[in-house]
Amino acid sequence: MAGVVTRVKATWLMAVMLAWGGLAPAQGQWSGQLATEARLFAASPAHPGQGAGSLSLALQPEYYHSWDEGRQSFLFAPFLRLDSRDAERSHGDIRELTWIRASRDWELRLGIRKVFWGVTESQHLVDILNQTDLVENPDGEDKLGQPMVNLALVREWGTLDLFLLPGFRERTFPGIEGRLRPALVVDTEQAVYESAREERRIDAALRWSHYIGPWDLGLSHFHGTSREPRLLPGVDGDGKPVLVPRYDVIHQTGLALQRIAGDWLWKLELIRRSGQGDTFTAAVGGFEYTLVGLRESVMDLGLLLEYSFDDRKDAAPNPFENDLFLGTRWVFNDVDGTEILAGLFLDLDHHGRLYNLEASRRIGNAWRLSAELRVWQAFPVTDPLHAFQADDHLLVELARYF
Amino acid sequence: MRTISLVLLLSLFMPIALAETPEERGLAIAREADRRDQGWGDSSASMAMILRNSQGDESHRQLRVRNLEVEGDGDKTLTIFDEPLDVKGTALLTFSHKTGPDDQWLYLPSLARVKRISSRNKSGPFMGSEFAYEDISSDEVEKYTYRYLRDEVYEGMDCFVMERYPVDPHSGYTRQLVWIDQAEYRPQQVIFYDRKDALLKTLRFRDYRQYLDQYWRADRFLMENHQTGKSTELHWSDQQFRQGLTDRDFDQNSLRRAR
Repeated sequence: MAGVVTRVKATWLMAVMLAWGGLAPAQGQWSGQLATEARLFAASPAHPGQGAGSLSLALQPEYYHSWDEGRQSFLFAPFLRLDSRDAERSHGDIRELTWIRASRDWELRLGIRKVFWGVTESQHLVDILNQTDLVENPDGEDKLGQPMVNLALVREWGTLDLFLLPGFRERTFPGIEGRLRPALVVDTEQAVYESAREERRIDAALRWSHYIGPWDLGLSHFHGTSREPRLLPGVDGDGKPVLVPRYDVIHQTGLALQRIAGDWLWKLELIRRSGQGDTFTAAVGGFEYTLVGLRESVMDLGLLLEYSFDDRKDAAPNPFENDLFLGTRWVFNDVDGTEILAGLFLDLDHHGRLYNLEASRRIGNAWRLSAELRVWQAFPVTDPLHAFQADDHLLVELARYF
Repeated sequence: MRTISLVLLLSLFMPIALAETPEERGLAIAREADRRDQGWGDSSASMAMILRNSQGDESHRQLRVRNLEVEGDGDKTLTIFDEPLDVKGTALLTFSHKTGPDDQWLYLPSLARVKRISSRNKSGPFMGSEFAYEDISSDEVEKYTYRYLRDEVYEGMDCFVMERYPVDPHSGYTRQLVWIDQAEYRPQQVIFYDRKDALLKTLRFRDYRQYLDQYWRADRFLMENHQTGKSTELHWSDQQFRQGLTDRDFDQNSLRRAR
């Protein structure tokens, strides 16, 4: 935890604490979750040091308080995971430590926050403010809290969000004992930055978002240190080969577009990024079609199709350069809130396949059981997903909410 | 006796009313009920749901609902889920429309993500209960066509009984039988018929209370599914009106803030 606390800008923490302490009668509510997780791998580890499986425990409490007739609120959500196997995966973070002041035509949001931009399911191109907490899950959906000052102007023509982002967060990577990593360990201690101010550089972003009838639109620009590092070959203190993350300063313009038409949701995300090698364009687009009340039942079945493109082709550091995602989402609409998402990522150039199955259901009022199954097949050595081929696994999580 | 005197009165002073077709009469009753419930502005309330299966096993839901009356269109609604605990902090924003599909956005706090969702699932169950989304969405005159059937005493109250037919082809119902009391034009009971016109559900409204000397809200909604033997009760509390809510309390920014 010590490392986490030092990484978080102490000044922001103080400012938010003071604002909260000074203005709010301390009468909020605590809630949260405690989850135990087991990961079982189908095959023996491909790299020395790795284990056959792991158990872990994650705690995420949350304190929320709102006052001033809802115009002001404070949210605090720390996170802690203890992993039986991977020291890098045992980690803590402050997911939220936010004070919000809302007025008729603006909102000021101050502190450590999570902000999501985007519309697609298979990957999130436009979403850029928060760093990925990659040790949590290789799907990249988990994010680290980002210190920020966010002023939102809420007008007839939409919402304009202005962001100042002090305090860069490094991406987390599995350690030597961890599965779901490249053959070479990513040595986060040696991270290098393009900016001389390194992780103290203040990044900036702005985003306009609006909805017009069936359309939802978001247009954004980010200038700052890329959340996605390039992984360069290096050696550690013992002279062993490792990967060193390099964080370039980039410009990224993003467009997120969604149109609803009855049972159809059409989605598009488009980015253009410069500053990280050659300027490139990447896009993901597709649809989600929902069959409501499948065969006279109360169940809904969603059919998803998304195509991903990256004009860097095979040079792209992410695996989505010419890929198709096919998915089905089963929503049972039952008392237990049962849901199943089954997906297939298909690499159209090299025929690599990633099968992904996620299922969950509630038990009683306060428990939820979820499972994830991931299988990688036929990815060539050149593909970033090749490294995971020995890591087919089943993840089972039981969470208690309070 | 009262019905007869009403008819006499009508025949004396409103000869045109007698020439009404059952369809016109039904529409007139729906319009009058709507007229009496206009002008409440904004409201908020807490709702507890009790779901029972055919064996009598119970599960509970807890949520908060804020409404904004919109002149010339359907209401805006913000629903915040408190229980079950795994969906705590999830919020649903609905802009209902008199005609055409509603606009809906769902906020998922674990991903900090706002998702536009299709409102075509209006026939689907709301939180696994016996209430469909369309049963709890804003009641607009334009959402149905009507046919007045008869007058009938229900639970000691003189009621109009009429049939209404959903305009939206995606409704889960062919028709609904509605009992509306003649004194205050409040719905007292609704019987739902499914797409095959088979008896599906009965909804009873209980413990009406009047707010601001005008607006009636039932404290309890009792829904019984005759085909599955399951039932759901809604218990409303903390009803508050005219707290000064505006469009800003019903937008995507407030949806993200709702907890």
